[in-house]
Amino acid sequence: MELFTEGDPIADTRAPDGPVETRWERRRFEAKLVNPANRRKMTVIVVGTGLAGGSAAATLAEQGYRVKSYCYQDSPRRAHSIAAQGGINAAKNYRNDGDSVHRLFYDTVKGGDFRSRESNVHRLAEVSVNIIDQCVAQGVPFAREYGGLLDTRSFGGAQVQRTFYARGQTGQQLLLGAYQALERQIGLGNVEMNTRHEMLELIVVDGKARGIVVRDLVTGEITTEFADAVVLASGGYGNVFYLSTNAKGCNVTATWRAHRKGAYFANPCYTQIHPTCIPVSGDHQSKLTLMSESLRNDGRVWVPKAKGDDRNPRDIPEDERDYYLERIYPSFGNLVPRDIASRAAKNVCDEGRGVGPTKLGVYLDFADAINRLGRKAIEAKYGNLFEMYERITGEDPYEVPMRIYPAVHYTMGGLWVDYDLQSTIPGLFVIGEANFSDHGANRLGASALMQGLADGYFVLPNTIANYLAAGPFEEVDGGHPAAVEARRDVEDRLQRLLAINGDRTVDSFHRELGQIMWEHCGMERSEAGLRKAIDEIRALRDQFWQRVRVPGDGEGLNQSLEKAGRVADFFELAELMCIDALHREESCGGHFRAEHQTPEGEAQRDDDHFAYVAAWEFTATGEPSVLHKEDLNFEYVHPTQRSYK
Amino acid sequence: MNLTLRIWRQSGPEDKGRMVTYQVDDVSPDMSFLEMLDVLNERLILDGDEPIAFDHDCREGICGMCGLMINGDAHGPQRGTTACQLHMRQFSDGDTIDIEPWRARAFPVIKDLVVNRNAFDKIIAAGGYITAPTGSAPEAHSVPVAKANADAAFESAACIGCGACVAACPNGSGMLFTAAKVTQLSLMPQGQPERYTRVIGMVDAHDEAGFGGCTNAGECTVVCPKGIPLTSIGRLNRDYLAATSKRGDTPGT
Repeated sequence: MELFTEGDPIADTRAPDGPVETRWERRRFEAKLVNPANRRKMTVIVVGTGLAGGSAAATLAEQGYRVKSYCYQDSPRRAHSIAAQGGINAAKNYRNDGDSVHRLFYDTVKGGDFRSRESNVHRLAEVSVNIIDQCVAQGVPFAREYGGLLDTRSFGGAQVQRTFYARGQTGQQLLLGAYQALERQIGLGNVEMNTRHEMLELIVVDGKARGIVVRDLVTGEITTEFADAVVLASGGYGNVFYLSTNAKGCNVTATWRAHRKGAYFANPCYTQIHPTCIPVSGDHQSKLTLMSESLRNDGRVWVPKAKGDDRNPRDIPEDERDYYLERIYPSFGNLVPRDIASRAAKNVCDEGRGVGPTKLGVYLDFADAINRLGRKAIEAKYGNLFEMYERITGEDPYEVPMRIYPAVHYTMGGLWVDYDLQSTIPGLFVIGEANFSDHGANRLGASALMQGLADGYFVLPNTIANYLAAGPFEEVDGGHPAAVEARRDVEDRLQRLLAINGDRTVDSFHRELGQIMWEHCGMERSEAGLRKAIDEIRALRDQFWQRVRVPGDGEGLNQSLEKAGRVADFFELAELMCIDALHREESCGGHFRAEHQTPEGEAQRDDDHFAYVAAWEFTATGEPSVLHKEDLNFEYVHPTQRSYK
Repeated sequence: MNLTLRIWRQSGPEDKGRMVTYQVDDVSPDMSFLEMLDVLNERLILDGDEPIAFDHDCREGICGMCGLMINGDAHGPQRGTTACQLHMRQFSDGDTIDIEPWRARAFPVIKDLVVNRNAFDKIIAAGGYITAPTGSAPEAHSVPVAKANADAAFESAACIGCGACVAACPNGSGMLFTAAKVTQLSLMPQGQPERYTRVIGMVDAHDEAGFGGCTNAGECTVVCPKGIPLTSIGRLNRDYLAATSKRGDTPGT
């Protein structure tokens, strides 16, 4: 059976034309408005409370809409945006170092390896400056200079200092700002907050997204919830690899269920492997911990020149060390973008020069920086990261170099959205990491926080009005056939999972799925490997539905049942990721195909054939998906071979 | 290493609950504490038992979701460390480890080691913010913030809302949590306009949620994984006194 079929291309992304710097302003002007009295009559459901969902829910409520917000955690403050360490980009040019909206736009399109939309990226760069203003007004304690002004640093592949930060906890501080704005609206009665609730299905009525089916994770109760529009801000799907830097609960269920209901899934194979994570220590490993790549500003990456050199790193003389990033990429050195740094680490380990007990690691060495700046300065910059490293590994990075290795970190793919952030289902909007927009095939450091907040604070609240201007829509309740069916599907699925009562745990399946994905759909992919992976995923999925054991029942807190539903959806997504990776016969950004590389081993794009977004339409379980192509046109940033040499 | 675990099991809010003993063998010192519980849970599931319910999410010490009383210490024996970041190298072969949920009137047990901490969100909703609707912000550099104030605000803003302070407090008080937010916002120029209504709103919400009063026992700051200092409570008290005398009320009412 063929793996997919090809359908009509996507003709219209609803982006205005004209000069790129005028498009967002024109869109805002041309979009319909909702008058304040009518906003009170309309409800918006927002799923997820990270940077995108939290900021969107707060802003929509401030504008006067009724908002219902959902998160699986026990508080909206815990979404995984909180773990982002390094910073947030903004084109403020406070350093007078040549930055501008246009340069941030240019860097992001180039950094995405020419697989993102110019219109979207330019808008992102434009609103980046408003985000910093907004967060400062909320009391976010950004790092400051002695004169009281904001400090910035250079981050992950940027040659200007445009990254604002709050020590190594920027994501936490930005999220708490959005969370506090959200709590204010909850206190005012404008947002109905539902914690420990998980969306398990989308309700589509007459072609429009009108509600969701949720499970109360404490009581097990399943309810149908309705609104005039639904916003998914449910994050990325990196946990399909089992081991990733995501929180344990991060999952694809909300977006995957919407995909099955008609929302196209775009570029699922674009995953970001972060170069600086703490290596795996054993089979018990449940997640991987990121060490902020800001560490690469002062740390130098190296491995021994000789294979199998087991000496203590401090005993290896300078001339027997290979500072391979500085050697291969003299102009960017240790600051090359993430995809390049990750693959370089894999290459030196494949050559047998990896370090640490598993030999899957490279050194990140601060000895030079400590000599140059003093231990105190390094402590002030990175103290909390160094402490975290020591807690996990038992080694003191002031004394011995850190060991790092790449790990899955972020997913650039996600539900396809148009310029308004609306999916292919009218009334279903998708924001933050859950959508595919803006980052192309590779996300630059400090751009995820920027995109999440851009979408939630500034883009969605403007574009959703254009849709809601036609509302309020006809009242729907739980008795509507579409709601009854969606609810029954959820109940049947949970019962089916509980009834199998097999001989393997959910985690054992998840771990095995993750190994297949890491091996064949990770840092390097090949046709043979991907075909093998698709067969293995299908076989394992069959086993899952026959042999998984989910203890207990659905009538209360059942963490195994929650996990089982999420892993079942990861199985379906995993197959689509491999098909997407297989069909994309080129290398770009985080997607590296072994068959497509330059003589120097760098990613070889094929712009003639693959300068498009791959948007996948679900047909039926087990049936081939339909590929719809959205052509990408580059009027301002002309595709070139990315070079960081 | 081989360990004996005594773990609190409670099937629901109505159940009385009890300590149950489990033996776990071949624990690696490189495991995190939660990974050790994962291994035990895998075994329980295959043996046909109910796994132990516990809260966790990021497993890197920042989301604040995990929280366990380990041998009577909130988050266990290592200072400045959440339960998810605690590694088994802190224990020795043959140890017996007691594992219990946070215990406080304001944090009712949901199941096993999982408690309800919604009361914290209510405190924030009652004033733990700066009113700045999206779009209304002035240019970021229009208000400089002295570096010392920004740094001190950050120290308090680092609170992860885990609830260890409440669990450790003999009174079940949430005052360190409340004071951390009050301190952060009152140190920033942007936080001044609402400074006094904020502290009253938050303290009232704290008391209504069933937290006990603060008697400066200081246990909270010892277990706080982010090292929020006790002086923040002093700051809260000062603002509260100023606020209530401005309002013409007696403190504490």
